[in-house]
This record gives sequence, structure tokens and C-alpha cells, in this order.
Amino acid sequence: MDDRDLQYQKYKAILENYLEEQSEQTLYKGQQFSRKMIEQKISPEEAVSLHVSVLEELFPDIPEPLKNSYDFLLEMMIGYGFAYREHQSLRSRQQQLESEIEIAANMQQTLLAGDKPEVPNLDIGAISKPAQKMSGDYYHFVQDENDCVSVAIADVIGKGIPAALCMSMIKYTMDSAPEQRMQPGAVLENLNRVVEQNVDPNMFITMFYGLYDPRVHSFYYAGAGHEPGFFYDAEKDEFEELFTKGLVLGVSKKTSYQEYQRVLNGNDMVIMLSDGVTECRSTNGFIERDEIVALIRKYIHLSAQEIVEEVYRELERLQEFELRDDFTLVILRREV
Amino acid sequence: MNIQSCVEVRNEWDIVKARQSGRNIAKELGFGTVDQARITTAISELARNIYLYAGSGEVAIERVENGGKFGLKIEASDSGPGIKDIRKVMEDGFTTSGGLGAGLPGVKRLMDEFTIDSKENEGTVITSIKWLR
Repeated sequence: MDDRDLQYQKYKAILENYLEEQSEQTLYKGQQFSRKMIEQKISPEEAVSLHVSVLEELFPDIPEPLKNSYDFLLEMMIGYGFAYREHQSLRSRQQQLESEIEIAANMQQTLLAGDKPEVPNLDIGAISKPAQKMSGDYYHFVQDENDCVSVAIADVIGKGIPAALCMSMIKYTMDSAPEQRMQPGAVLENLNRVVEQNVDPNMFITMFYGLYDPRVHSFYYAGAGHEPGFFYDAEKDEFEELFTKGLVLGVSKKTSYQEYQRVLNGNDMVIMLSDGVTECRSTNGFIERDEIVALIRKYIHLSAQEIVEEVYRELERLQEFELRDDFTLVILRREV
Repeated sequence: MNIQSCVEVRNEWDIVKARQSGRNIAKELGFGTVDQARITTAISELARNIYLYAGSGEVAIERVENGGKFGLKIEASDSGPGIKDIRKVMEDGFTTSGGLGAGLPGVKRLMDEFTIDSKENEGTVITSIKWLR
């Protein structure tokens, strides 16, 4: 007996059973059977055809009009079968796409994986979470032989795959001009040129670039339209905005970026973030920058890494675990 | 036995005619009711494409044999605008989401064999076979 016969016999047994007594138990069996049929990729028209052939065996004297009506039903079901098969094929294509994205996301993770450097007397915390599988945020640390640490935070306006592709370009550009690393303004000017030449005009990148020189305890920085960070003055116990003036990358060919400097005393902090942090949205609307400051203050007794993780955890919860934008938060703290 | 038919497609009635002759031939060749309905639906879709996009063309149906195996072959041809991007129309969800309804991938799945040949501004020929099991 082949599969088809077996199916026929099984269906016949269940149907006969049901015709004898209309019990819920038999209906349940029917449900189980239909699941099996779906697993075996039996299309709707085949299911109708199976029913009709069993019916014809059980009732050989089935009235002609009724028989014809089943032919009509079968014809109708072909359309459903059409849609059903398309659905199956789309589903398998979706799975394939998803696994491709998964691979790309892993590649991106390897590519962008910013190892946090170990610097004496500098406590570093960094966290970056994509809203979707791939991130349009980017952060990267570089440490040189003098223990100078440069940090870049960038955000491609837009999310997902296009933003991620663009991000890879930023990384390579940064890697290819190491001699500029000490001059934040020049770094941004170079990047601006590359972005302006290579990226679609309606894609923008904001960036914050800073360099900490532990020999003079100074932080030099410049920004290109990026969400302003904060500076924490430990002595005054006050947070200030790290204002920068400079156009978003890729808008204008010739732009210069002003460079700023801050001296870090013991326990002072530099806080850098992407707009995914400030654009967190709770049920009460956007989260104010004040609230971010309050959150950081709440965990200020912890290490820099613990602070960024706790802040992320709280904001994630406030948004009911649904990130609307890529989220990146980096903290540098001078230890005494 | 040499079963064949050719229906010219110019209006919606011709689609019905093509369906009818396809069903007759499928029945005669011994296809079961489900396969008859599938073949007819495939013919219907192909004829409808001709009517909608080429204006006119023809649907030829004939019995084919290959190493003792018998089948039914549909050949739908027109000299319409042709298909610019065949890969695109053979993608699932393309035609249906565009509201065209037909869906060549759907036809392909209803049948056993499917080939499409099209040139822009020259026309399209689609050949499809269903084998008797």
C-alpha cells in the first residue's frame, strides 16, 4: 500500500467514524490528520479530491448535482492551492534571506567589534545594540604606543542593511588614515570627503570623534552633526553638554570641523552616545536628555562598563524591550 | 491518436474556449479530476496573460509522448510587448502583489515542465507540460 492509499484508508476511517456518531473526539482526530496532510504538503485541491473520492465510495448513489457541485468546489480550491504554494515558496525564500542576513550581521559584528583598550587610569565603558539585525551605529577605539586612546562614534541616518553597508565604509576609511588620528578635526574632514563622494546624497552620517591623551589628561574632540555628549565635572558634580559645531558628513564638499579640548581631572567623565539613546521612547513620549543624565547619575558609583550596561537595561525596559533605533553609549572616566 | 487544438485568444470568451479544449483533451488523455482542474487553471492563466498584456495570441494544446510517457503540452504564444525582465516575473509575489493576478511561478508549480522565451517588442512563448502519472 503506498502513501496515497494509506491516506485514503485513514481518511475514510475517520470520516466513516464521524458519520456514525458526530463526536468531538473524531473531529479532534480530523484536526490531527489535517496537520499531517499539511506536513506532507497536500494541497487544498488534493484534500477536497480525497474527500470526494471517499464520499463516492461510501455513497455510490450520490446524486448527480451534488457530484457536480464537488467538481465546482475542486475548481475553486485550485485557486487556493495556487496561493498556498506561493506562500510556501515565499516562506522558504524568507528563511533563506534571514539566514543570509544572519551571516551578514555576524560579519558586521566581527568587522566592527571594537575591542575596548586597556589604558592605565582610564575606565572605559561601551555598549552598542542594533535595533534590527544589523546596526547603523558604529564605535571604535584605537590605542597607540603612548596610550592615547581615540574613540569614534558614528550613526548613519537610517537603519538596517543600507546603514550597515555604509558603516563598513566608514571603518575602512578610518583604518586607512592612521596618521590623522591625533587631529579630530582633520579626521572628520577626511571622512566628510569620502562620504560626500561615495554615498548616496540622501544618506547622512553623523559622527563624534575624540582623542584622550593621558600624558596631559586632555580630551580633544570634534563633531559632525552628532548628538552632543556630556562632560561630567566630578569636583562640581555637574553634567555639561559637550557641544560641537560641524555639518553632518556628506552634505558639503568643503567643510571644516572645529576642534575642542577639555582637561579631565580625577573622576571626570566624557559620555558619548548615539541618538538611539536620546530618541528612546517610553509610553510618556521621548526620553529627555535630563533623564539620561539622571540615569547615569544613578549608577555613577559603578564602573564605566557597568554604567553603560545599567543605563541600557533601564532604557530597554522603559521601551518595553523594543529598540526603535540603534543604541550606542560610550563612557570614558579618568581614574585617580 | 493525434489530439490537438489551437485557440486564438482575443477576448475573454476565448479564454473560456481555451479552457474547454484543454479540459477535453486532459480528460481524453486520462488525467484525474484534480490534474484536469490544474491544467485548466494553467491554461486559463496563460490565456488571460495574453488577453491582458499582448491583446491577442494563441494557445495550442497537444498530446506529447516521451519514452512511453504521455502528457499534455500547452503552448501560449503572442507577439505582444514581451517581457523585459523574465527573472522578475518568475519571482514569487511579483505579479500577485502588483495586482496582475496571474503569477507565472504559480503556473509553473501547477505543471511539470515550464519554459519561457520572450523578447522585448517581439513577443512571448510559454511552453508547459503536465505528464500523466
